[in-house]
Amino acid sequence: MRPLLAAVLAALAFAAPLLAAAAPTPEDRLSGVFEAIEANRLDDALKRVDELIRDYPNFRLAHLVRGDLLLARSRPLLTFGNVVKSVPQEKIDGLREEALARLRAHRQRPGEDRLPRQVLQLHSGQKHVFLVDSRRSRLYVFANADGRPRLIADFYVTLGKNGIEKTREGDQKTPVGVYHVTGNLPRSKLTDFYGAGAFPINYPNEWDKRQGRNGFGIWLHGVPSDVYSRPPRASDGCIVLANPDLESVGRYVQVGLTPVIIADEVEWSDAAAVEAERASLAAAIERWRTDWESRDTERYLTHYSARFAAPGQDLAGWSEHKRTVNGAKSWIKVGLSRVAMIRYPRERDFVVVTFDQDYRSSGLSNTMRKRQYWVKEAERWKIIYEGAG
Amino acid sequence: MATLRQGLMALCACTLLAFTARADDLQDASRMLKAGQHQQALERVNKVLAAKPRDPQARFLKGLILTDQGNTRDAIDIFTKLTQDYPELPEPYNNLAVIYAAQGQYDKARVALEQSIRTHPSYATAYENLGDVYAKLASQAYDKALQIDSTNKGAQNKLSLVRELVGGTAAAPVAIAQKPAEKPAAEKPKPVAEKPKPVAEKPKPVAEKPAAVQKPAAADAGAEVLAAVNAWAEAWSKKDADAYLSYYAKDFKTPGKESRADWEKGRRTRIGSAKVIKVAIGSPKVTMSGSNEATVVFQQTYQSDTFKSAGRKTLVMSKADGRWQIREEKSS
Repeated sequence: MRPLLAAVLAALAFAAPLLAAAAPTPEDRLSGVFEAIEANRLDDALKRVDELIRDYPNFRLAHLVRGDLLLARSRPLLTFGNVVKSVPQEKIDGLREEALARLRAHRQRPGEDRLPRQVLQLHSGQKHVFLVDSRRSRLYVFANADGRPRLIADFYVTLGKNGIEKTREGDQKTPVGVYHVTGNLPRSKLTDFYGAGAFPINYPNEWDKRQGRNGFGIWLHGVPSDVYSRPPRASDGCIVLANPDLESVGRYVQVGLTPVIIADEVEWSDAAAVEAERASLAAAIERWRTDWESRDTERYLTHYSARFAAPGQDLAGWSEHKRTVNGAKSWIKVGLSRVAMIRYPRERDFVVVTFDQDYRSSGLSNTMRKRQYWVKEAERWKIIYEGAG
Repeated sequence: MATLRQGLMALCACTLLAFTARADDLQDASRMLKAGQHQQALERVNKVLAAKPRDPQARFLKGLILTDQGNTRDAIDIFTKLTQDYPELPEPYNNLAVIYAAQGQYDKARVALEQSIRTHPSYATAYENLGDVYAKLASQAYDKALQIDSTNKGAQNKLSLVRELVGGTAAAPVAIAQKPAEKPAAEKPKPVAEKPKPVAEKPKPVAEKPAAVQKPAAADAGAEVLAAVNAWAEAWSKKDADAYLSYYAKDFKTPGKESRADWEKGRRTRIGSAKVIKVAIGSPKVTMSGSNEATVVFQQTYQSDTFKSAGRKTLVMSKADGRWQIREEKSS
């Protein structure tokens, strides 16, 4: 029966160095249990899982593994999660999927030199960016290392029951897109359901609204006190983390600043390719800025897509307005700072750009945070949306 | 209660060798226990203990009596002290485990059984019990994994354990009484069926007359019984539930006092849900206690696609309308 157990569970097991040398997380320890199983050290595996459960008594998946290890001493196992009595199949499936998600994430580490293609540039004020890989049920935290993302932590997450690409209120899906954290709700203001706290994000964003997507209340939040984690697909659309993980993530959050990119999967790319894309877009933005300063409104307007829309304005309205305003000025100075560029998941060559815009002119002067959506049309970067950021 | 029986057997063997007053008293106490005379049995044992307070056999028997009386606290106390005074004996650990398991304290049961095995690595009863305890612990772990509220189920688990592990606390006294009977018989190398003669002289109480038990069944009667047992096992192996159930008498004592209908339903489900079943019968021993009554003890190996077990089985059978049928089925 031992070889069978090993065979059943070894399919899930792996041997990978831990990302960080910090104290092992429950997930690290769970993977240690699987390593022991793979090596057919079943007594050691049981000891490890007993210790894990002692420290995390609500870690359901650990109980499932423990059940298998005990049952294997009594009879041959037929499957992982060999629950004998009749229980709702989806409950067991949820735990099996969680096991796979957690172990795959451990096994399939991105290479040191790989960067997420989605993050072209962070601005100096953004200390971190979060990237959710829905296929892997994983949230990756990147630190801002001179504008480049550097992977520093990653966590198992639960997403919507019905998967991703939210379009409608109540569809129990997690949105795909580029968002940012808009608030910080401490545990004391929430019911136990949300666990250690919550960080709302700005779904639906401008692009979602333009696509007619609705719904609200998409948060990153914790789990109820009676569980350690939830299955990979179990929320109503929120991104759910184990409470200790939510607390860790919370330490990286800057409300209003921290981008949350939710994608089918992280596109790992090499630094040179990411830099080439970044440089190409940065050059287009710079041309847009100088063309604005030149007060040649027609040239300035060539940067806008025919599909452009600003809040309450289409391209015609926008053009009309700009012709009037720009023509009245004898000089314009535009300064851009704290520029961030994030590629939009699912959309082709589509980037969210945010920056501080310092506008001075012979008439009005003002400073604002601006958000633009740039899209590549016929090999040229164009603006498809522009508004306050 | 496989465990109690086995444990007792080992100790009783010693008892039999010493023809002392103590031995007689203990034998009497065993018989009384079997007859359900707990109080008398207890008094008799206490008499022995008054003279020899450390005597392991007497203490062990007292533990059994108390267990049977439902006085688990004192029974635990006695068995625990026995494990401390005689750590080399596996039986007290084992019986301690049985009591813990019946209380739903499977972790404690596990520890005790593991100690029992450490003491006697070949102690099969402890292994079998431990297998059950592991299965129970696994079940509890799965309940936690799936967030099934096991508080209500706890009671059910306990009951079903009494059926499985114990085969009924009630079985223990029976076993005790059988003991003297079985022991001498076991020393005899010969299969029962070959034994020559007089059938049915002794319809009854086996225990008092070890000699009587050795009295063989008529060869053909024994063979008939065995044929029925083999056919029963074959029907089971073929997953022919109708044929299988036809070997159970109308007054069959269902385990756990289930209704006959519930029991049959359960059996049909179990048999139907297995893809393959293989039941083998090893070294059967038939003891006739009348021309229409027999007890068959054998080694049963059960194997299905999901489950495997091996253990001793006892079938109490009777003949009606020319057919041998099962009236009681006990696992040890």
